[in-house]
Amino acid sequence: MAIGNQEERYSKMTPRKEFDFFDKPKNIRRLWFMLYAVCGLTLIPDLFTTKHACFGIDSFFGFYALLGFVSCVALILFSKLVGLILKVKEDYYDR
Amino acid sequence: MTGSFPPYLILILGALLVPFLKGKTRNCYTILLPVAAFCLIWQLDSGVSWHLHFFDHELTLLRVDKLSKVFGYIFTLNAFAAFVYAFYLKDSSQHIAALIYIGSSLGVVFAGDLISLYLFWEVMAVASTFLILARRTKKAIDAGVRYILVHIAGGLCLLAGIFVYISQTGSIEFSAMGNPDWGSYLILIGFLVNAAAPPLSAWLPDAYPEATVTGGVILSAYTTKTAVYTLVRGFPGWEILIWVGCIMTIYGIIYALLENDMRRILAYSIINQVGFMITGVGIGTMMSLNGTVAHAFCHIIYKALLWMSAGSVLYMTGKSKCTDLGGLYKTMPWTLIFGAVGALSISAFPATSGFTSKSLIIDGAIHAHLIWVWLVLEIASAGVFLHAGIKFPYFVFFAKDKGLRPGESNMSMLLAMGFMSFLCIFLGVYPQILYALLPYQVHYQSYTFNHVVAQLQLLMFSALVFFLFLPLLRRTETISIDTDWFYRKGLKFCMVVIIRLSTWTASKCERIFVHIIPETLSRFAQKPLTAVAISYMKAIGKDRSVIDEFREYRGPETASFGPMGFPVFISLMFLFWLFVFFAFWD
Repeated sequence: MAIGNQEERYSKMTPRKEFDFFDKPKNIRRLWFMLYAVCGLTLIPDLFTTKHACFGIDSFFGFYALLGFVSCVALILFSKLVGLILKVKEDYYDR
Repeated sequence: MTGSFPPYLILILGALLVPFLKGKTRNCYTILLPVAAFCLIWQLDSGVSWHLHFFDHELTLLRVDKLSKVFGYIFTLNAFAAFVYAFYLKDSSQHIAALIYIGSSLGVVFAGDLISLYLFWEVMAVASTFLILARRTKKAIDAGVRYILVHIAGGLCLLAGIFVYISQTGSIEFSAMGNPDWGSYLILIGFLVNAAAPPLSAWLPDAYPEATVTGGVILSAYTTKTAVYTLVRGFPGWEILIWVGCIMTIYGIIYALLENDMRRILAYSIINQVGFMITGVGIGTMMSLNGTVAHAFCHIIYKALLWMSAGSVLYMTGKSKCTDLGGLYKTMPWTLIFGAVGALSISAFPATSGFTSKSLIIDGAIHAHLIWVWLVLEIASAGVFLHAGIKFPYFVFFAKDKGLRPGESNMSMLLAMGFMSFLCIFLGVYPQILYALLPYQVHYQSYTFNHVVAQLQLLMFSALVFFLFLPLLRRTETISIDTDWFYRKGLKFCMVVIIRLSTWTASKCERIFVHIIPETLSRFAQKPLTAVAISYMKAIGKDRSVIDEFREYRGPETASFGPMGFPVFISLMFLFWLFVFFAFWD
């Protein structure tokens, strides 16, 4: 068996203090700030460069940012919607 | 050309020696076999050799060109990493199955004709099933049985197509199919089953997540990518593949977003990634075909890396559901880092291999002026970051700490993941090395300022959406219904319908043949003339009371209506005709 002997593996506890950077709310706030900052930074070049448009629609300011944002929102909402029908309990096929 | 040796034979014949070796010797041996095959492929010259007479046809067991070589490189490279990863494994049956599986997928790539391709195709299906069965749980065995049944059905479709194709063209050579006809469509369906194109895709997320830890790593690379190879070789520029590919990219994302099991998320993301490749095949320009091959090359590496990191988590914790995992960054930092490199690569982050390969396909769509295809591929690129790039690492390594403290995985696992991570970044930084291996000459520059900025915008805003919508993405202990519903539940429903229908038919038949007919006949035999007379009266519309009165008449029928000798006369006539029939029949 590939998976086995779990207890033995669990007992391999790390003795030193745990690295728990991502558990602290202060750090999470910092990461949120960084995410917003990076998103903002990616938009800056659009102010200064003239883009070579492939199809015309992709030449306006922040096109790819908008595309990423809108399409991800749409994908999440759509998956939520179809999830209402498609999601079933784990033992669905065993019943 | 003579003197060349088919590289797949090294693995297939090599597998025969595995049972005689033990422990580390065996595991070192399995690592060396793909290295030997890689070196052999490296020195192969283009051309066809190893011909074998088969009925009226001549099989070509070795066809070498740039396309088969590039797939040969990546198949053996991945096999090397997978066997390093599997160094901890004590189960030699998995090694044997894996070697035969990888060997036969190399066989598909180097086969020059449809018949030998088909034979390797079927060996691949059978050998890969053992990587699922080797998990030895009931779920795995059930999934393995369903897996092989689907592949046998797909294989039969391919075989039927090959027969039709050969009877129409008279040639068994496997090259680009010109005319869309029955034969080529059946072959296409056979290939698309292995490429996991919906609605023929449910076998993949059903079976792969049930495979063993190393089985999952190995399976993720070969079946779907040999299918991609066969499509590049046989169906370049078939427009239907553009739409099949586009559907696959979105389909994979939607399901991956719904899934809770980390390996099932990765399984759906294979469908999504193969969708990009198939779209490239459908576009069919030199650039997009190059893109498909490059993407298959890079995809095998980062997808194996992702399966390795998920496999390490499964191996160390025994859990694979996102609802059971979380907070593993504390004790599995290296697995996290390597997994993150794979996640960034699949998302086509600049400086990783996905960026340099996927761009070729998307630019292929742009150059072919396919605006809708381009748009779907860009949307799918954003969605990849959502489901595989962030969702997988986030829910496994971060999210809510579930109190699991498993410790880092084996050294061999870490080494394999490190090697694959290196390749992901290396090919992202020096893509020219990969571009030189592609089937067509390419002068492509993926790192333009605009392209990098556009990609960063797309990805960072996708990440923003993920974290903003995190409450909506909360994991639930559910599975999602896919098209396997039709053969897992639908067939049960069919069985119930069939049983009900046959019970109904049986009861009706019993009524007719056991009751109505014999009773009528017996009445007729008792009073034949009365029965005939009643039928006649019914036919001319006599009143019912008159008929009943007539039926109730209990007098001796034969005495009143006919002579005594009438039945004897009928019997004699019957015997006479029987005699005539047998005497003069010839």
